[in-house]
Amino acid sequence: MAEQNTDVIQGTLDMLILKTLSLQPMHGFGIARRVEQISRGVFKVNPGSLLVALQRLERAGWLDSAWRQTENARRAKFYELTRSGKKQLDVETAEWARRASAVARLLKAEA
Amino acid sequence: MSLWRQLRRGLRVLTRRTEADQELADEVQHYVDLTTADYVARGLEPAAARRAAQLEVGNMTAVREHVRSYGWENAVWMLLADLRFALRRLRANPGFTVVSVLTLALGIGATTAIFSAVNPILLASLPYPNAERLVLVADRGADGGPRDATFGTYGELRVRSRSFQSLAAVDRWQSSLTATSEPERLQGQRVSESYFRTLGVTPAVGRDFDSDDDRVGGPRVVILSDRLLQRRFGGDRSLVGRRIMLDDDEYLVIGVMPPRFSNVIAPSADIWAPLQEQATAEFNSREWGHHYRIVGRLQRASSAARASGEIRMIARAPLPEFPRPMWANMSDGMLVQPLQDAIATDAKPMLFAICGAVLVLLAIVCVNVTNLLVARGAQRRGEFAMRIALGAGRGRLVQQVLTETVVLALVGGLLGLEVAAIGVRALIALSPAGLPRVDAMGLNGPVFAFALVVTTLIGLTMGLVPALGATRAGLHDDLQQSSRRTAGGRGIARSALVVTEVALALVLLVGAGLLMRSLQRLFAVAPGFNAPHLLTMQVIEPGHAYHSDTARARYYEQALESVSHVPGVISAAVTSQLPLSDDLDGYGYEFQSTPSVKPGEDGSALRYVVTPGYFATMGIPLRRGRLFDESDVRGGPEAILISESLARRKFGDQNPIGQRVRFGPETASDRPWDVVVGVVGDVKQESLAFGQTAAFYVPMGRWWWVDNVQSLVVRTSGDPAAMAPSVKRAVWSVDANQPIERIVTMDALIAKTASQRRFALVIIETFAFAALLLAALGIYGVLAGRVTERTREIGVRSALGATRGNILGLIVRQGMSLTLLGVLIGLVGAMAATRGIMTLLFGVSRLDPITYIGVVALLAGVAMIACWLPAWRAARVDPAITLRAE
Repeated sequence: MAEQNTDVIQGTLDMLILKTLSLQPMHGFGIARRVEQISRGVFKVNPGSLLVALQRLERAGWLDSAWRQTENARRAKFYELTRSGKKQLDVETAEWARRASAVARLLKAEA
Repeated sequence: MSLWRQLRRGLRVLTRRTEADQELADEVQHYVDLTTADYVARGLEPAAARRAAQLEVGNMTAVREHVRSYGWENAVWMLLADLRFALRRLRANPGFTVVSVLTLALGIGATTAIFSAVNPILLASLPYPNAERLVLVADRGADGGPRDATFGTYGELRVRSRSFQSLAAVDRWQSSLTATSEPERLQGQRVSESYFRTLGVTPAVGRDFDSDDDRVGGPRVVILSDRLLQRRFGGDRSLVGRRIMLDDDEYLVIGVMPPRFSNVIAPSADIWAPLQEQATAEFNSREWGHHYRIVGRLQRASSAARASGEIRMIARAPLPEFPRPMWANMSDGMLVQPLQDAIATDAKPMLFAICGAVLVLLAIVCVNVTNLLVARGAQRRGEFAMRIALGAGRGRLVQQVLTETVVLALVGGLLGLEVAAIGVRALIALSPAGLPRVDAMGLNGPVFAFALVVTTLIGLTMGLVPALGATRAGLHDDLQQSSRRTAGGRGIARSALVVTEVALALVLLVGAGLLMRSLQRLFAVAPGFNAPHLLTMQVIEPGHAYHSDTARARYYEQALESVSHVPGVISAAVTSQLPLSDDLDGYGYEFQSTPSVKPGEDGSALRYVVTPGYFATMGIPLRRGRLFDESDVRGGPEAILISESLARRKFGDQNPIGQRVRFGPETASDRPWDVVVGVVGDVKQESLAFGQTAAFYVPMGRWWWVDNVQSLVVRTSGDPAAMAPSVKRAVWSVDANQPIERIVTMDALIAKTASQRRFALVIIETFAFAALLLAALGIYGVLAGRVTERTREIGVRSALGATRGNILGLIVRQGMSLTLLGVLIGLVGAMAATRGIMTLLFGVSRLDPITYIGVVALLAGVAMIACWLPAWRAARVDPAITLRAE
């Protein structure tokens, strides 16, 4: 099987996390799984980067965290979007759309 | 909100670091568990699944470090870790730590103490609102320096000048508090009603002076200092509105100044009364004498220079309603000096010299501790190399080393505050008379801030050399710690430090030496009289007890008579002013044979009104003619004596005896001429260092008035100080109501005239001694270190036949060549630096060869001892042992 690049595109991890959490509060592993699933395996989140990013986002005030019981009665740290996190997601989404369409235009352009 | 969140979170992480770590670990564990479960669900064996999950999650240490590096609390945490480490290291090297901390405490303490003395005088603004607008206005003296102004000038400026928001005239005033258990002479000021308003202070109790108080013939009112109220009246504020007896007159107390009021113009003043004077066209009146100081508060938009310019304009445009005598015509303009500068002028050269000295000392202290640090840095190269190999960044290491030195400096600084507290007490105790703002010296906020800044700066600069040196590139060599037998490059840094130290110490020693020689010279100056065994005191007749001059003269005669019967008294006399005592009273004069072209051209001469026994008692020699006798006192021709230098100046080699002269406040022609009957030796009146002044001696009773403050001089057979009580009793046996002040031996008065120089000397001497000690320690430290490093080489040398003498010579030569280099640099430095103390020197050139030779010899001697000890140890190295150890 050829080694495919599953790294998250640089600079988009924050947005992916925010987007994932905009659906529902989740713990770290859940976020990683969700990103992987929805991207159909194109992106695989490195746990190290994920935890670091979660800390950073929380510190920026975009996420809140709390320890909660999971369905199988274990303690896990759940993250959820704050109000400013939602705003940030909008900002990043708009920014991404702007860049992505620019890239798309460039690629479509005929020589 | 976000800031608050950061802060709260940071604090939580900081205070519960392990908890935060634990949370992270739990989160990671949870992640691993779920991943494992995931792999199991996909069909892996549990063990394999766990391994795969671990692999996927990877090394969590890095993640943990990364997570930790967010936020401000991380910097604090690192700092704390560095601090803990630094403290551990300092504890691990008690010898090094104790020596460094003590050295630093000495340096920082001395600097802080000096700063606390200098700050209120030179830097801190005076304790008045908008103090920068306060100026002292003075007449320009013949030497260009300030001279007290006249009341007439004040009166004119007050009306005509626009530069000042307010002006106030101040005169010295002494008065005797009488009708209490013990009469006391109070220091005070007579002030124009605007004085306190000009300064910007108001009485704490009662009221300020007003214009009604300050008119000629106004009421007798006074304002007291809180100090006086506490001391004499038990702090009873109800004194305001009551009357006290001053100079046998009743004065109404109208106010008390606040306890914190600092009167910088006359710090010892305790009582104030209104001037109640008025300038008249009668120039012979008191109002036209040069004895007023003028304090001004500048308009907001004005400046000292502008005010000075305006005064020049006023001087150039006289108005008929403001007549001025010749001596107060302001034709040279007037000096308008910021009050702060004006009060510090006298002390400035001394303060600058002391500041320079303490900075040199501080530099030596830093060099010394840096030296120790460099030596230790050399030992720690292995440690640093290891840490760099393990991935520590260089910046991180430098930060660590700097933390260590700053901690060291802070500990030294903390102890230094203790040293400073002692130093300040010593400074206040030693402070020469006339040093302004002594009341404001002490450890206060600005001083603590200064100490902290100095300490931090020292910590950083001291650390930089060893930090950069120890973390230099190419460290991997140092991992092989065994290659220590070459004591190469880093030796140069330490040698340079020793050379610096020796040079700096030499500068301080030269300064101290020059001052010491100056004092010697000063005390070798003949004051013009025989000082030992002289007791002096001011005898005061303050009030109306003796209504006429004759009665007052009789009082002094009786007192003299009574004193002469005291056992141990050889002779006694009374004089209107006492040499070297700050008394200074001069009048114009005119000789009949050489009439002055312009009035005041001859300047003024000192006035001594004396009893006939004065010359014998003081030991002032008669050069020509005769002294006074009883007939001069009782009537007969108007006899007068003149001083030697006045005789020489006016008559050269001619005989001045029989010359006719007019001398005194009114040189009006209605006054008969006096006749010079004798010439006496010159006497130093102002200070030993000050040049000669012309003087006239007039017999008591023949002057216009009999002074009510006179000095009694008593020649005793034994210790003059011990005679003070019995002489005082003898005076009081005539009248117990009269205060006696300033009881002091002549020797003590002479010592006091040199007090500023002595103050500077004591301080610089102390610093120089410390510098000498530190330099010796530095030389010793470097050589001792080098001997240790070269033990093997020395062993080989002696195995090859070098004698103990050879080895001894080798080491001593090394140390002494460093010393020599330091001495050479120091000599150049000293020649430059001693410019700063030139004004403090007396009779000694700042390049005085004897001082330089002496200092070099002293330094060389001490350096020799410091070299000898390690050399002696080196010479005793047993070659067999060192070689076997290899």
